[in-house]
Amino acid sequence: MIRFATLFDAIDRTTKTNEKLAALVQYFGHSSHADAAWAAYFLCGYKLRQLVPTKLLRIWAAEEANIPSWLFEESYHSVGDLAETLTLIVPPGEMLDDLSLSHWVEQRLMPLRTMEEADQRNAVIAIWQQSPMQVRLVILKLITGAFRVGVSKSIVTRAIAEHAGVSSDVISHRLMGVWKPTASFFEDLISKEVQDTIVSQPFPFCLAHPIDHELGPESIGPAKDFAAEWKWDGIRGQVIRRNEQVFIWSRGEDLMENRWPEIESAAQLLPNGTVLDGEILASLGENQVLPFAKLQKRIGRKTVSNKLLKEVPVVFQAFDLLQDAGEDIRSRPYSERRLRLDRLLSTIDHPSLERTQLLLGTTWDEWAKIRDRSRETNAEGLMLKRLDASYEVGRVRGVWWKWKVSPYTIDAVLIYAQKGHGKRSGLYTDYTFALWEGETLVPFAKAYSGLDDSEIKDVDKFVRQNTRESFGPVRSVAPALVMEIAFEGLQRSPRHKSGIATRFPRIVRWRHDKKPEDANTLAELMDLLPSIE
Amino acid sequence: MNNFLEYTSQGLYCIPGDFHIDPHSQVERAVVTHAHSDHAPWGCHKYLAAKPCEQLLRLRMSPEAEFRFIPYGEALSVGGVRVSFHPAGHILGSAQIRLEYQGQVGLITGDYKFGTDPTCEAWHPVRCHWMISESTFGLPIYRWPSQESVFQSINKWWQESRDEGNCCLLYGYAIGKSQRLLAGLDPTIGKIYCHGAVEKGNEAYRRTGIALPETTYVGSVTGKHDWRGAMVVAVPSVHGTPWVKKFGRCSTAMASGWMAVRGARRRRSVDRGFVLSDHVDWPSLLTAIDACNPETVWLTHGYTASVARYLVEQRRDARVLDSRGRSEVDQDAADEDASNERTNDSIDPFSGEAKTP
Ligand SMILES: [Zn+2]
Repeated sequence: MIRFATLFDAIDRTTKTNEKLAALVQYFGHSSHADAAWAAYFLCGYKLRQLVPTKLLRIWAAEEANIPSWLFEESYHSVGDLAETLTLIVPPGEMLDDLSLSHWVEQRLMPLRTMEEADQRNAVIAIWQQSPMQVRLVILKLITGAFRVGVSKSIVTRAIAEHAGVSSDVISHRLMGVWKPTASFFEDLISKEVQDTIVSQPFPFCLAHPIDHELGPESIGPAKDFAAEWKWDGIRGQVIRRNEQVFIWSRGEDLMENRWPEIESAAQLLPNGTVLDGEILASLGENQVLPFAKLQKRIGRKTVSNKLLKEVPVVFQAFDLLQDAGEDIRSRPYSERRLRLDRLLSTIDHPSLERTQLLLGTTWDEWAKIRDRSRETNAEGLMLKRLDASYEVGRVRGVWWKWKVSPYTIDAVLIYAQKGHGKRSGLYTDYTFALWEGETLVPFAKAYSGLDDSEIKDVDKFVRQNTRESFGPVRSVAPALVMEIAFEGLQRSPRHKSGIATRFPRIVRWRHDKKPEDANTLAELMDLLPSIE
Repeated sequence: MNNFLEYTSQGLYCIPGDFHIDPHSQVERAVVTHAHSDHAPWGCHKYLAAKPCEQLLRLRMSPEAEFRFIPYGEALSVGGVRVSFHPAGHILGSAQIRLEYQGQVGLITGDYKFGTDPTCEAWHPVRCHWMISESTFGLPIYRWPSQESVFQSINKWWQESRDEGNCCLLYGYAIGKSQRLLAGLDPTIGKIYCHGAVEKGNEAYRRTGIALPETTYVGSVTGKHDWRGAMVVAVPSVHGTPWVKKFGRCSTAMASGWMAVRGARRRRSVDRGFVLSDHVDWPSLLTAIDACNPETVWLTHGYTASVARYLVEQRRDARVLDSRGRSEVDQDAADEDASNERTNDSIDPFSGEAKTP
């Protein structure tokens, strides 16, 4: 366990990819397969199901620290991270012997879930008593399900690949889908022999790079080298048809079962050995795509009622073909894959299975004009795909580009502030912004990011000096600061005071040049609502 | 707040003695706990402090000022108030100030810490009727690891960085923290260099008779120099400035109590954070208050309200003296002011004779 905690520290400490990679390779090189499997599992972002209710952990920690619960909460507020607070607040323990990661997880952590509360308490206290700070933090992060560390799955994949002497693409594919963190899984993962494809297994997704708004699309090459299509705001997914079965995967690598019955029934019509890449969209068909807000109604529903099926029909808009008649065609150029996709889907007639429409045009100017109309069709902009490129794993530069429309922007007044958690805990970094409605300021969006460190310090100082009232951790401040807020979309929402919910609001800049009375009005925000709702 | 002390906009004021204690700004007569700029402001007319504080205070203040220093434990009567200084263990010459007037004993701790520190005399408790204690780190999340284990990790880091061909940049406040760090470094690992502000502090420490390992002023190194394997002790404000460029490939670290929390560590954007504080942690704060056993405790700096509430629940009479927070940022600001003063060449701290009051 000390080795895993040291790995966590080494990754946490640096921002340099090569140092993280080196630490990972070293870890995998010196670990048993069982430990390596669990490490890979956690580093890829998988979690154990909640082991102990956090409410109990807080109570026991306060008891062990001999402090009242309000002081625990104040400490938590200052630290900004629950597992870390639970680590720091209890006097340090002493490690008797260093057991392996897999032993810890399987023998000491997983059994917690089914224990009676009293036994659970004893077990957790024993963990505190037997763990020095560094190890304790990692264990508590695993217990609270908050284990997160600054590595992407692709870095983990590269590290395993380097350790195993197998190519990253192969490891990446083997890490797709559902797997159990066992020694035998890890053995297969790093095996040099080719493994049979698992029927349900999706391919690693190819991801797009954003086009720099300043540089424009000319920066990526001549328009004739690319195909363009709408960039929809839906759920990226792969539809797999193999062995008479259908699997639908989301980009977050969740197998989505019984969630999209209309797509499942459409996929039954595909020949075996087919893998489509595309987007799940709420749509009335024939490119009448509905806003993401509609699709949201179906996200998270394990079963779908008939009423909802009628209200929010979905389609799968395919834009790529990865496996055709059992053949992995990812290394073929996009132009060829797209033709094969067109040929395949032209034989299938189902309202829930569509192809993206390739947008006519051969110059950036023509596409720029089409892109300007994105919002009318509920698109976010255009996708540009290099005709001669193969289907890459992850975010490889130069293959796929997203050319989004500029975000909406509005000038708003900062009225509430709250201390942030995590990286900037202790400073007022979470703000609520408001717009005018007559003489009153109506809150409409919360934004966390966009200011640089020195601006954050300035706002923090302002908040401390201009607090009007405190409601728990939230402070209301004198309406004086105006900031430009950008967001990707908006929809009506009865749950919001303003009646409007915005997507991904963020601060573009601090408008020092504007007084609060120069900020925009709620009516001006309403004007931005989409025409197809 | 009682019959002989009041809290004014300039800080604590002793009425019969007509002097301020650790004033916030320039006053006529300042009785100071130690030489840090947030306790001993520049520009007062007269200063009274503990004897071991002499070199540091003279280093920082104008030679025009009048100074008087008395040994720890000795008392001086000022307007009927008996004033004495008692070791606080914070930095060289730091003191708790004991005031006795008409049978009432008050204690102002200034900054203080527990534990071993070869660069200053250790804190010891002073019985009193009322006590003004700092609470900079007054939350139960602050529990300092042993100094030995921290220096083990610092020296290990130095050794590893040296073996990788890197230069180590270790940040600590110019006065106090830096010298404590120097005293804990293992000079057999490599050569130790210091930033100008730190080096001036070192000289004052050595003049007081504190043994420090051999150090070289960075500014005295001319021409192309191979910094690999070296340890450079510098003030935090140089981090990320062109000053550090000359050292080439570096591993950077900060030594401070704030490093106990990962968020603070990350905000610093240094490679390593070592938890080494010159203030009391949570358990020490409670122990200190119990040992001095005052009827009333006043809290100043940091988490004053939380500590006061906790103590009241423990059936102690505890109150908040001021809510002047000393956040990480404030403390850095104080430190930076101080180091700017010290590096300002127009003030020559070594000229001029001290006048005795
Ligand atoms: Zn101090």
